[in-house]
Amino acid sequence: MPHINVDENLPGIRALMAFRPETAAPMNELAEILLRDNEGLSRTDRELIGAFVSYRNDCFYCHTSHGEIACHYLGGDRALVEQVKKDYNAAPVSGKLKALLHLAGKVQVSGKAVTKEDIAEAKAAGATDRDIHDTVLIAAAFCMFNRYVDGLAANAPDDMDSYPLRAKQVAENGYGSHIYLGKQPVGS
Amino acid sequence: MPYIQVEDHLPGITGLLEYRKDTAGPIRRLTQFLLRGPNTLTEAERELIATVVSNGNQCRFCTAAHTAAADVLLGECDTTASVKQDIINAPVSNKMKALLTIADMVRKSGKDVTEAAIARAKAEGATDTEIHDTVLIAALFCLYNRYVDGLATVAPTDQSFYNGLGQRLKDHGYNRLPQGYDHLKNNPH
Repeated sequence: MPHINVDENLPGIRALMAFRPETAAPMNELAEILLRDNEGLSRTDRELIGAFVSYRNDCFYCHTSHGEIACHYLGGDRALVEQVKKDYNAAPVSGKLKALLHLAGKVQVSGKAVTKEDIAEAKAAGATDRDIHDTVLIAAAFCMFNRYVDGLAANAPDDMDSYPLRAKQVAENGYGSHIYLGKQPVGS
Repeated sequence: MPYIQVEDHLPGITGLLEYRKDTAGPIRRLTQFLLRGPNTLTEAERELIATVVSNGNQCRFCTAAHTAAADVLLGECDTTASVKQDIINAPVSNKMKALLTIADMVRKSGKDVTEAAIARAKAEGATDTEIHDTVLIAALFCLYNRYVDGLATVAPTDQSFYNGLGQRLKDHGYNRLPQGYDHLKNNPH
């Protein structure tokens, strides 16, 4: 049960956003700019980084939700998403994305865990300053979102069929108030 | 030296916020609302949450900046010094002790927040909105601390830098300065 009195018909972060629309607006705006940008890193790469960091933070709602958004962009390749979460080094993704996932994994632990070598490795694999910036900020942002969701004990639906439906909503319409003001999709 | 090319005269978070202004916009607006918006927690109390979390994450720049902001708002330096050492014996209200305890749990992991800590905060008079805002401020500083240290930004060692920054945060909050930051090129304070 959530630690504060939120709309129990809304799942995860959506209930928290409906509770405080003043903070929801900039959070959705940040997600829209950072995760829907296709420059340098694709939308898929960005969602994979978010899902991976959320998995490391053991935030079920976030890693499942963002994993499903990545899966939607990948045309349904859920196996790849699962592999990135659990063992990205063995996943069929680019060397650059592997180096950036490594960097994101460091940021998940602490900003101070990032070393010059981690950065050099990412640059050698083709990452630009902007890719590195965006990776660090995506990882840091998910350290916020995950703590927000679990710190207030938001509900994570156990209806697994509902996650791809919400993911489709985000993939098609982006991040914004529609995710908590609109009708919630229901699994079969 | 920072891991990416940021402007030399902008240490800490400011250089990053100027590096990518489109992501900086919502980060600044979220912070401005949470730390300076209408709230039953005072601005100083909200800065104490930022200070405790940044200190726990050992982020030198953020700890010094928010300590300075809280000191300016409180008009003294003892409370910040004390709260960083020991929340329970610091000279703050019982409600703030309970909220700062929750913030420190959030810092470690959202999953570390206990029912007992929430019950204690409610028993001390904390509202749902105060608990919400405490958790989100703590979570937001987990973003900031990782952003600042993950890109190895410079943390000045000169205390007068932070005194100036603390005053700027009191006077202007977290919005981007209307004139930008070029005027700091000649005078870092």
